[in-house]
Amino acid sequence: MTLAQQAPALILLFPFFGALLTLLIGLYRRSWCWPATVAACAASALAAWSTVVQVAESSNALVTYRMAGWVPPVGIEFRVDALNAGVVFMIAMVSLLVAIFSRTVVINETAGKEHFFYTLFQMLIVGVLGIGLTGDAFNLYVFLEISSLSSYALIAMGRGRAAFSCFNYIMMGTIGASFYLLGVGYLYIKTGSLNMVDISRIMHEQDLFQTSTIHIGFLFILIGVWIKMAFFPLHRWLPNAYTFAPTATSALAAPIMTKVSIYVMIRYMYTVFDPNFVFGMGPRSDVVVWLAVIAMVVGSFYALAKRKLKMMLAYLVIAEVGYMVGGAWLANKTGLTGAIFHIMADGLMTAALFLSAGAIYYKRKSYNVTALKGMFQKMPFTMGAFALAALSMIGIPPTCGFFSKWYLISAGIEAGHYGFVGGLLFSSLVNAILFFRLLEYAYYGEVETPYVAAGKRGKKKGFREKSGRDEAPLSMLVPMWSASLGLVLLGFYSGEVIAFISRYVAEVQF
Amino acid sequence: MDWLTMDLIVARFNYWVYIVLMMIGLYAMIAKNNYMKKLIGMAIFQTAIMLFYVSIGTKKGASIPILDHHGGEHGAGSAHIAGEAALKVGEAAAAFPEAAAAAGTTNPLPHVLMLTAIVVGVATLGVAMAVVQKINDQYGSIEEDEVLKRIKL
Repeated sequence: MTLAQQAPALILLFPFFGALLTLLIGLYRRSWCWPATVAACAASALAAWSTVVQVAESSNALVTYRMAGWVPPVGIEFRVDALNAGVVFMIAMVSLLVAIFSRTVVINETAGKEHFFYTLFQMLIVGVLGIGLTGDAFNLYVFLEISSLSSYALIAMGRGRAAFSCFNYIMMGTIGASFYLLGVGYLYIKTGSLNMVDISRIMHEQDLFQTSTIHIGFLFILIGVWIKMAFFPLHRWLPNAYTFAPTATSALAAPIMTKVSIYVMIRYMYTVFDPNFVFGMGPRSDVVVWLAVIAMVVGSFYALAKRKLKMMLAYLVIAEVGYMVGGAWLANKTGLTGAIFHIMADGLMTAALFLSAGAIYYKRKSYNVTALKGMFQKMPFTMGAFALAALSMIGIPPTCGFFSKWYLISAGIEAGHYGFVGGLLFSSLVNAILFFRLLEYAYYGEVETPYVAAGKRGKKKGFREKSGRDEAPLSMLVPMWSASLGLVLLGFYSGEVIAFISRYVAEVQF
Repeated sequence: MDWLTMDLIVARFNYWVYIVLMMIGLYAMIAKNNYMKKLIGMAIFQTAIMLFYVSIGTKKGASIPILDHHGGEHGAGSAHIAGEAALKVGEAAAAFPEAAAAAGTTNPLPHVLMLTAIVVGVATLGVAMAVVQKINDQYGSIEEDEVLKRIKL
């Protein structure tokens, strides 16, 4: 076996051993934690790319990896196909960018705790990558809890209301993960298997789709992942948790955690269960699409009403979850393709937005919108990356946001669900108003000092207003621009990416 | 009525226990004002799911799932067979003569799964308690209404 064949496991093992190593290194010298983390994330991203190439080259678009050589129904297997290869690669890339970005902010915000921070940071990446890779239902629960536990601790490291909002998140997150576990239990009662493909096979062979146990199990799993992804009626934990978390935490958790839950939902709907089962039970799918429409509209409106940049972005995450859930539940191939493509596009643009917001906070020490005034003169490069990500969020052509929205809107028209089309267009318009207002502030506004001569207190905080250009350090600019240029690249190569995704979508029988 | 008691309650006694416990836990998590009481609710909630899993693995009159074989070479042999690729379920049963004896033993898999879930539950409880301690340091209270009042100030 060559090293390339081990790639699916290596994606996970690099950050896992990196986490353990970081803790040990940190005891000796804390300044070495950052290079160790970046190295582990870079190696993981490389392994993820190698896996994507293998999946693309294989004839049936599938790479499986058996843990310790045990045969699947008994052993645990990693299963990478055209659906999750892209998602896993997006997660690995975003974590690499955030890891590079985090150098100065982590020293600033969690001084003296860098080694703990980076250990948890990498464990969060391990959990999320594991959810993306595994083909075992119970193994997925374990990874879900690894990622959740690390994110609880990372969020609680923030300031202000962080601990309070983290507690609410723990409550909701535990209910979500427990519901998922219960759902898996119901499936296990009926099928006696935990391997996703095996569960699907047994359910088809024995025609178990009509039993109420399977129905209840599906509902439990669905509600569990909805809580985890902050889908509309269950979204209340997200905005506060992501707003008060440290900069690097929210930049890591916001792009990858909700997106991976959406991946889990799609995996259960289309690989474990059957579209005929999911959509064949009366009006349920229509209800979900309407909930998604409400999520888009409500998320966008709340974002418009907020005065804090990070809070706005957190509400936009909720709106974006609505796009993807709606796309997946429209019950046609175009919608599914759009939803999967939007997972990647949205992960990257959320990362770009949170990274540039983090850089602005690093310099201005404020998330207030008024702190953005005149920022194009102060931090032209940061604002350039922010503007590019904003254009993608609105959906303007050269960026990938346009292509995913195009697919979602065509799917809505194809399905004849004009409520979804209207909601998506409306939400895009609200996004346009929101971001152009921010860009107007930044371009035409006069520089205000939010901490105007706070006297001794201001100085004690180390905040000094510099005249002229005051750009973020290179370790922030590079990942920020990589993410923003990645959006344009993903836009240019959208044809190839969608052709790749189609290899999964084509196998789904609607 | 007789059908109701026998089929719905007695035969499914374990499910009733887990549902009742789960609802108690969920109620405490949502309705209690004190953070520690919320956490106790969370522990009950998670334990209910563990009981559910453990109960689905047991059978009436079954023994513990330990293979009764004499001679050491057998274990290595079966591990080797398991390593071979593409074993279907039927062939696996033929490869393991012990599979026939499975009818008389409890299913150990749900129990093993719950070992992991117990560890996860303990870790969640530990993190949550640390967060409650942080809340107490910050606001001087672990009553939700008190904390909310202090946040609003």
